Amino acid sequence: MAAIEILGLSKTYMIGFWRKRPKCALHPLQLTVEEGEIFGFLGPNGAGKTTTLKLLMGLVSPSAGSARILGHDWLDPEIKAQIGFLPEQPYFYDHLTAHELLEYYGQLSGVPAKNRKRRVEEVLHQVGLRDIRGVQLRKFSKGMLQRIGIAQAILHDPRLVFFDEPMSGLDPMGRREVRDLMEQLKAAGKTVFFSTHILSDAEALCDRVAIIHRGELRGVGAVAELTSGVQGKVEVIWQGTQIPASLKALGADCYVTGDTVRAVFLENQQDAAIDALRRERLRLIAVTPVRTSLEDYFVEKLRRAETTAGRTA
Amino acid sequence: MRSRIVHIASNTFREAVRDRVLYNLIGFALLLSGAAVLVGQISIDIEKLVVINLGLTAVSLFGVVIAIFIGIGLVSKEIEKRTLYTVLSRPVRRWEFIVGKFFGLSGTLVVNTFFMAIGVFAALFYVSHKFVKADGLILVALYFIVLEFLIIVSLALLFSSFSSPLLSAVFAFSLFVIGSFAEDLRNFARMAHGISGWLATAAAYLVPNFSAFNVISSIAHEQPVAAQLVLQNTLYALFYAATALSGAVLIFQHRDLK
Repeated sequence: MAAIEILGLSKTYMIGFWRKRPKCALHPLQLTVEEGEIFGFLGPNGAGKTTTLKLLMGLVSPSAGSARILGHDWLDPEIKAQIGFLPEQPYFYDHLTAHELLEYYGQLSGVPAKNRKRRVEEVLHQVGLRDIRGVQLRKFSKGMLQRIGIAQAILHDPRLVFFDEPMSGLDPMGRREVRDLMEQLKAAGKTVFFSTHILSDAEALCDRVAIIHRGELRGVGAVAELTSGVQGKVEVIWQGTQIPASLKALGADCYVTGDTVRAVFLENQQDAAIDALRRERLRLIAVTPVRTSLEDYFVEKLRRAETTAGRTA
Repeated sequence: MRSRIVHIASNTFREAVRDRVLYNLIGFALLLSGAAVLVGQISIDIEKLVVINLGLTAVSLFGVVIAIFIGIGLVSKEIEKRTLYTVLSRPVRRWEFIVGKFFGLSGTLVVNTFFMAIGVFAALFYVSHKFVKADGLILVALYFIVLEFLIIVSLALLFSSFSSPLLSAVFAFSLFVIGSFAEDLRNFARMAHGISGWLATAAAYLVPNFSAFNVISSIAHEQPVAAQLVLQNTLYALFYAATALSGAVLIFQHRDLK
């Protein structure tokens, strides 16, 4: 069963004070996330990631479309007992302590009273918050609040967790811990849907990703699948300090370090580059394929989208 | 469902109780009750009258200020600070949130009124050195004050569900002032004719009739309150608060949380 099925959800806001005009935040979106996967929802700031999450949480109403979550209508309040949500830059009742806040959320999510205290301690431990008893949230740092946000999202042991920019405000150790936590959730059979603009996180964690830009879906698939379509590159290293004119003509960036030269060519220029080195009787040291990253794919997709938008305009 | 409302209400209560503004206002109200003793001492033979009048007015006025001040932020502050996101992403219906908030703040005001009432009775005991049977009427006045608070909290919630805290405060306070003169407005409506008569009648019956809840002066003069008025005011307050609360739910139900 699919954990999330988004069936043409879209959102158009009316902006302006006197003369209202429509602004499309999300074009009709079709997306399916399978149960048990870590799914990355990628896009630059303002792409429509948070709008999509708010629509799925029922915090804003859609202009059109619908969705199904864990096989139920997405607006069914009871299904929310099986969902965890971390909003972007979360803010909590600052008059409460972490224990009080989680206790409150546990009550609202229907965590049985007899398990609640134990569960609160467990999740606080899981997100690395210790020795905070009696401290009101107003005294918490941004990173600590982010950890509380993650704790409240997993408190009721949901089957599906939505994280909006979960690494935001965290130091490198914190980011590593959150990555580990997501992997633990996956290992426990949970589905994780998270939005981010930090591509290395998505690349390291996700089974599949979707890329959204200006409210439109630009691509969906496994990271390896997506990056395979991108023109690859090769790194060529040879001995000497000489850069033959025929290699310069290929348009590669060349770097001289000591008595070696390093140059990066497109994959289809590899043979031409090696032939040129042979002709000049230069000693070839290495030819290494450069791995295409998700970032390359992402940048190419956005560039293409910008070009299309420019042509349309 | 009921338990979720109770949890939201108790969190609202806890939030209000931990707000320093609340203590400042209660402090002021108690100070005013204390001042009533001083004013009473220089008012020969009418000390008790002054203490009851000033004391109950302080309870009412400061309660109204607390109801408006905290009430206007109940929804808008949660939207602004985005604390609502983590509440409404749980199995909580939007109406449960509004109703929970209403009971939470109403509960806070009942507890406040209880403590401020102790101040009034203490001041009364200080000037008259004893309690008489007629002093029990003060409880009726306090009950009416609490009913008044229910209406104000529901109105503050209604305004808070669609406008900014500042505008909500202006609307709620304006309605409180107009409602305190509702009887005069009704008299004016009876005398006016044509369109102005229609408009005045509509306004007179639309604004909450707070003047019907003000029995402080007659109680200070030890005049009894008719049981019919108690029933009438109870039903009126419950109906008015329920209507305003339904309006708040209807608006909030369709509101996008940006």
